[in-house]
Amino acid sequence: MPKLSRWLVRTSLIHLAAGSTLGALLLADKGISFWPVVWLTLPWHMEFLLLGWMVQLAMGVAFWILPRYASGPPRGNERWIWLAYASLNTGIGMIVLHLWIRSAWLIIAGRFLETAAVILFVIGNWRRVKPFGADV
Amino acid sequence: MPTLTRWFVKTAMVYLAFSLIMGIWIAFGPVLGQGGLAGLFPVYLHLLVFGWLTQLIFGVAYWMFPKYARGQPRGSETLGWATYVLFNVGLLLRAAGEMVAMRQTQSVWAWLLVISALLQWLAVMLFIVNIWPRVRGK
Repeated sequence: MPKLSRWLVRTSLIHLAAGSTLGALLLADKGISFWPVVWLTLPWHMEFLLLGWMVQLAMGVAFWILPRYASGPPRGNERWIWLAYASLNTGIGMIVLHLWIRSAWLIIAGRFLETAAVILFVIGNWRRVKPFGADV
Repeated sequence: MPTLTRWFVKTAMVYLAFSLIMGIWIAFGPVLGQGGLAGLFPVYLHLLVFGWLTQLIFGVAYWMFPKYARGQPRGSETLGWATYVLFNVGLLLRAAGEMVAMRQTQSVWAWLLVISALLQWLAVMLFIVNIWPRVRGK
């Protein structure tokens, strides 16, 4: 597994741990209301698990297993994907910050960064979606 | 494909079918005059996202991720099975607990949600502990 995939997958596991911890607290509070303020973190629960865990894990595994190029760097220019990694996690961080800094612009910027991450990832891997052994 | 992966993947497929059937049931709520069924939407969503998607990922990751060691290629099999059992018992308890707790608040069923939350959380933590050392180069 290449270094970049290891970063993406490990970060996704951290998001899984965070999102699941919040999810467990939310579910337990649904049963016996012991800490109602935890419901403020419901958007984090979704953000961590959908973007931080699932999307990021898919990116890490795709970067690892998609067909490699016949010549040049086997997985293409990694800079696109490093930028995608930074952009995705900064975007998620901004959404999280919104709990304390209630500015709509923080959400807008966070969503832009998450979208940019996906676009960068697609640009960086588009030509790797090819038949095995194809001369590209 | 290792035995544990087959269990994860087949159980995930059962959850996929079951959650979609549950989606149909919830959709019939207003027609049958049972609008309260909409309260089951979170259960439907979690059976789909957790029971199907996450469980499928767990199973495939256990199978495909780089080997841990020559004699123990997939890490601890015991932890893997513990993950599977805690995950599914937790998820089923959640589904049962939410269905009953909708009608009987503050009942013993409400505690089922607490137990199911704990079991599912433990399952995820065990998965992470087991898979983390396998996120490595060759």
